[in-house]
Amino acid sequence: MLNTKNPLYSTTDLQELTKRYSGKLLLRQEIDMTQDEFSSAIKHQLFSETPPFKSKSFFYQCQRCGNNKKYYLGTIPCAVCQKNHYYCRKCVEMGRVMTCTPLYIWNGPEANWEMHENPCTWSGELTSVQEKASKRMVEAIQNREKVLLIWAVCGAGKTEMLFPGITEALKMGKRICLATPRADVVRELFPRFKEAFQDVSIQALYGGSPDKAGNAQLILATTHQLIRYQEAFDLMIIDEVDAFPFHMDPSLPFAANRAKKTTSTTIYLTATPRKIHRKLVEQKKIPHVFVPIRYHGFPLPVPTLTLCFSLKKQLKLNQYPTPFLKWYQKRKNPSRQLLIFVSTIDLAQNLKKSHDFQLKVESVHAEDPEREEKVQLFRKKKIDILLTTTILERGVTFPSVDVAVIDASHDVFDEAALVQIAGRAGRNSNDPTGEVVFFHDGKTNAMVQAIRSIQKMNKRGEALK
Amino acid sequence: MKCTWCFEEIIVDVNWSTLIPKPPTYLCDTCENKLVKITGQRCMMCSRESKMKLCSDCTYWKEHYKGEDPLTSNYSLFTYNQHMQDMIAKWKYRGDYEVGKAFQSYFSQGFKQKFSKMKNIIAVPIPLSEERLEERRFNQALMLAEALTIPCEEILERDHSEKQSKKTRYQRISSENPFKLKKTINKSVILVDDIYTTGTTIRHAASLFKQVGCEAIYAYTLIRG
Repeated sequence: MLNTKNPLYSTTDLQELTKRYSGKLLLRQEIDMTQDEFSSAIKHQLFSETPPFKSKSFFYQCQRCGNNKKYYLGTIPCAVCQKNHYYCRKCVEMGRVMTCTPLYIWNGPEANWEMHENPCTWSGELTSVQEKASKRMVEAIQNREKVLLIWAVCGAGKTEMLFPGITEALKMGKRICLATPRADVVRELFPRFKEAFQDVSIQALYGGSPDKAGNAQLILATTHQLIRYQEAFDLMIIDEVDAFPFHMDPSLPFAANRAKKTTSTTIYLTATPRKIHRKLVEQKKIPHVFVPIRYHGFPLPVPTLTLCFSLKKQLKLNQYPTPFLKWYQKRKNPSRQLLIFVSTIDLAQNLKKSHDFQLKVESVHAEDPEREEKVQLFRKKKIDILLTTTILERGVTFPSVDVAVIDASHDVFDEAALVQIAGRAGRNSNDPTGEVVFFHDGKTNAMVQAIRSIQKMNKRGEALK
Repeated sequence: MKCTWCFEEIIVDVNWSTLIPKPPTYLCDTCENKLVKITGQRCMMCSRESKMKLCSDCTYWKEHYKGEDPLTSNYSLFTYNQHMQDMIAKWKYRGDYEVGKAFQSYFSQGFKQKFSKMKNIIAVPIPLSEERLEERRFNQALMLAEALTIPCEEILERDHSEKQSKKTRYQRISSENPFKLKKTINKSVILVDDIYTTGTTIRHAASLFKQVGCEAIYAYTLIRG
């Protein structure tokens, strides 16, 4: 171990380094040191090397992102070593991991995070149902339980429910990570957390985030960013465990698992748990709390189905389906903004051009460079109608909207997606209802299941009153 | 087989032509269609899409060298659109070597069409400085040059300097020659690089070959920026 008498590292320097690098798994170029500084740090065993790939019986596994698919494994003739190396194409966007460049983990003293006496500067109040859930979470943190699943309907006020638990963890001097699958969500949560915990160091990490250091006590990150962490967090909150990238991409659970310490608490948040989690809940194999009611106490809007006969034909001509236009003219509350979900990027762009609503129509999708601004404008009511792909299905809050799904029979709209989409309506207590309509050309199981599960939640919520 | 760029499965039609061996495909149709080849009228000197026979850039170079332009001509395959920029960024700067394999096949096809008649000619890739090579671990120009059917010789050396793409146009044009020749030759030369933007880099290299008396100095680049 390192002695603090060493002239190279004063105590404050060492603390600084510890804060910065503990719990990280980094490439050499991600460590901001000159070659001299770095070799001295290695000499004093502040960093230790780990091999970047592990060879398992039939495949190689990237030790940073956990990828073991052969088609993501590239070969590169290294000009320095004059040899062929493997490199990982899965995480190459975050710096190339190749056989001849080791990964470094912090080996110095452990970081001591501040024990805050009274970190929470949030003054709002929780409803009784929310409080029950948040109390359970505080308990789980105090007793160092391994996992807790919080199953809360869309618009239950999950973020606020987390505050007491996070407060408790901060009091105990723990390091916390809130991981969520979408960058939009991180961007939305960041200011809210900063306001709720004003004296705590908080950072938001996502692809292209201005602050990349990642050395704060409380970190809000997209799940992709977790591939740079190892044994870092005492409390790991995974938002929307059921969301698309997390349940499809095995490297994300891999990274999330590695990023937490061996004795840590993991909180899963979800509104629409996948089968595995639902099964675990039914079999009582995973501790959970259920929040079946929205924070304002009104039931979830139940979607209605509308059959469109020549849906595909009209979409091919880039026209809105006729039943949609009819519904649009007869909306109960025409002052609401309208959020339209479509299945593909092309459709979003084409429909945007097609009809004169005499209102401001915009479209967003994942590859849209102006996506952030457009979402902001919609929130500020500068845009009346927003056409979107499933990227806005979860995590985003608009005060007063009606929701339409065009071509709801498409594969991308599975049950979870449809429940989440329906959950975009009526999120504000000033306008707690909203119309949700699925326009389809053939009922799918997903649509029926989604409606059933919403009705079931409403029933359970009703029973609580 | 997966697409090298988007990792979607490439589904190949099975018909009688399947029996004839073909070079492997790297990109799926969607990704391939996003690459725009330079077609139609182009500047005969630098391959830029242009109505004039000699574009304004090349007129400048002509005056600059007073008719003694070291470069005979440049030929490029693709335009530098957004998709191409993304691909180049991932290939060169992120260091995803495999992306270059998709380019190699286009590069060798284009070579057969344009340069195959030339005899007694060698390909010379534009080198990286030692520092940059250590950082990237491969030279993208060498990768392209190796895809060609003619002999490839690395006879250029480069001093370390600021990345070209970080400089302004004026800085680039007025910068000093960073290249040196390792040995002299007197064959004709095809200089190979990934992008021709202002033509400064290529002309710096070309002027060295001109000095040692090479007959013709062509440039073959993937992209006309």
